[in-house]
Amino acid sequence: MLKYAIKRIVIGILTLFILVTITFFGVHAMPGDPFAQDNKVLSAEAYAAMEAKYGLDKPLGEQYVIYLRNVLHGDFGESISKKGQQVSDIIAKRAPVTARIGAIAFVVALSIGLMFGIVSALAKKRWVNSLITLFATLGVSIPGFLFAMLMMIIFAVKLNLVGIVGLDKPQQYIMPVFALSLGSISSITRLSRSSLRDVISQDYITLARSKGSDEVKVVTKHALKNALLPVVTYCGPMFAGLVTGSLVIESLFSIPGIGAEFTQSITNRDYTLVMGLTIFFGAIVIAMNLISDLAAAIIDPRIKLGK
Amino acid sequence: MPLLEIKNMVTSFYTEQGDVQAVRGVSLHVDQGEALGIVGESGSGKSQTMYSLIGLLADNGQVKEGQFTFDGEDITPSSFASKREYEEKMRKIRGNTMGMIFQDPMTFLNPVLKIGTQLVEPIMNHNNCTRAEATARALELMNHVGIPSPEKRIEQYPFEFSGGMRQRIVIAIALANSPKLVIADEPTTALDVTIQAQVLELIDELKVQGNSAIIMITHDLGVVAKLCDRIAIMYGGKIVEIGTDKEIFYEPKHPYTTGLLGCIANPEDDEEKVLHPIPGSPPDLLNPPKGCPFVDRCEKAMLVCRDYEPAVTTFSETHQCSCWLLDERAVNYHE
Repeated sequence: MLKYAIKRIVIGILTLFILVTITFFGVHAMPGDPFAQDNKVLSAEAYAAMEAKYGLDKPLGEQYVIYLRNVLHGDFGESISKKGQQVSDIIAKRAPVTARIGAIAFVVALSIGLMFGIVSALAKKRWVNSLITLFATLGVSIPGFLFAMLMMIIFAVKLNLVGIVGLDKPQQYIMPVFALSLGSISSITRLSRSSLRDVISQDYITLARSKGSDEVKVVTKHALKNALLPVVTYCGPMFAGLVTGSLVIESLFSIPGIGAEFTQSITNRDYTLVMGLTIFFGAIVIAMNLISDLAAAIIDPRIKLGK
Repeated sequence: MPLLEIKNMVTSFYTEQGDVQAVRGVSLHVDQGEALGIVGESGSGKSQTMYSLIGLLADNGQVKEGQFTFDGEDITPSSFASKREYEEKMRKIRGNTMGMIFQDPMTFLNPVLKIGTQLVEPIMNHNNCTRAEATARALELMNHVGIPSPEKRIEQYPFEFSGGMRQRIVIAIALANSPKLVIADEPTTALDVTIQAQVLELIDELKVQGNSAIIMITHDLGVVAKLCDRIAIMYGGKIVEIGTDKEIFYEPKHPYTTGLLGCIANPEDDEEKVLHPIPGSPPDLLNPPKGCPFVDRCEKAMLVCRDYEPAVTTFSETHQCSCWLLDERAVNYHE
């Protein structure tokens, strides 16, 4: 297990390094530069001074080496568009807001999705199944922002139960959390249902029944452990996706999160901020994948041996 | 009173195309400590007869008719007030007084649970014992089925076992509570020949020592010759001939039985002797033939065979056969 974990961590670090390299050259290959955005036309001297300040006058290869060295020391540099703010400070300020909503959305998606999936896979009554299938299909096909606006109209405007925007009171989390988790609830429902259906018709379930185990035990002990495997591997990337935020949901509910920041930084050609956020998001995705792979290996011991 | 008695079992499976009548009126009995072989080719309904009995049919399968008595109790599904009551009753029997050995050890063990967990389960299900006691019994069972160093093996997962070793575990699970009846559903089909012999030896021992009755489902007449006291030949969802091993091997009555015996390759025969495969394929049980199921492949088929089901002809207390050739009335009809 330890050997498997170390192997996966090394691969993860390598992936992150490749990500940094590709992003670095990709960002610099984009047309335009951080200062073209300024409305006032800069004089040639001022332009050169700005470039020199951020080290952009050096050859690209050298810039890359300098950047890598700084990153290894934990220094992501200063944001170019937001004068005087460190990239790490921006992340530290914005990320927790997004992460909190994302984490709640993850818990909601996982618990509701699993519940629906299991009920639907085991339901003998056809209408239960049809209802859940309908919900899951709607959940995947309705865009999150549309659902968010529907909720706003119903709960905030018509029923006046919660405020439309902001995150001051706990109940104000409800709408953004549901808007964010809708797609994930549906995915988890569909994934866990099809997986459990498949497992329940396996031979080893018949053998478990032949031992005189009751149905509850057959499902919880024999079926779920096998059926949850694909769900566990899906959870990592899903969690990463949820905690890194959504621009649409954040702008709809006026949440000062990191999703909006990322989009802005790209339009501004804010090299340092784009790089910093990419590395931050990349690290989260890689870490979550790593965690879910390790969890899968704990559930199914065949995985770590590559069998 | 026999340990197990099945009267007129009818089982069918619902499909989009219609009902597949897998078992069509099977009656048989098994005495205490006796070994009965059920022989037939794939799709003859031999496995489904046993799945119907133990109540482990697939979701679309249903026992339509019949009456089953096991160990002095009525276990006919339709005799229970609800499916829940039936399940509750069968749960107490399965893995306890009625154990089942399955065909493919590669797919019948749960890949993510340790061998110990899977072996302890039937013991814990039916006995009021602690986990430590159940583990002790599990180790004893593993020893009994011939697994070396069970203390180490009990902590391993199925993928760490070879096919033969897994089948031993499947057998140990079936034997966990010293059942009165062991149903073995083609227990050697998925194994290498060398392992087959060892596994058969194990099942044979069980008969001698444990005084358990055995129902051995197989398509291999060699297997039943070695193990079974009586043999039932199944074809097209029916038992076409049943008798003691000697009666079946030395005085086969049904053309299908003679056909099966003609298909056995024996290295002691001289090279001139040719095998006689039975031409054709088994009947479609979606639309089972009106008369004898074997009529389309039978060399001696008569007109009557196509339209009327053959009656049972009794040769001895143990030997019965359903074939028009043996029926006095048909001989008259023919003339």
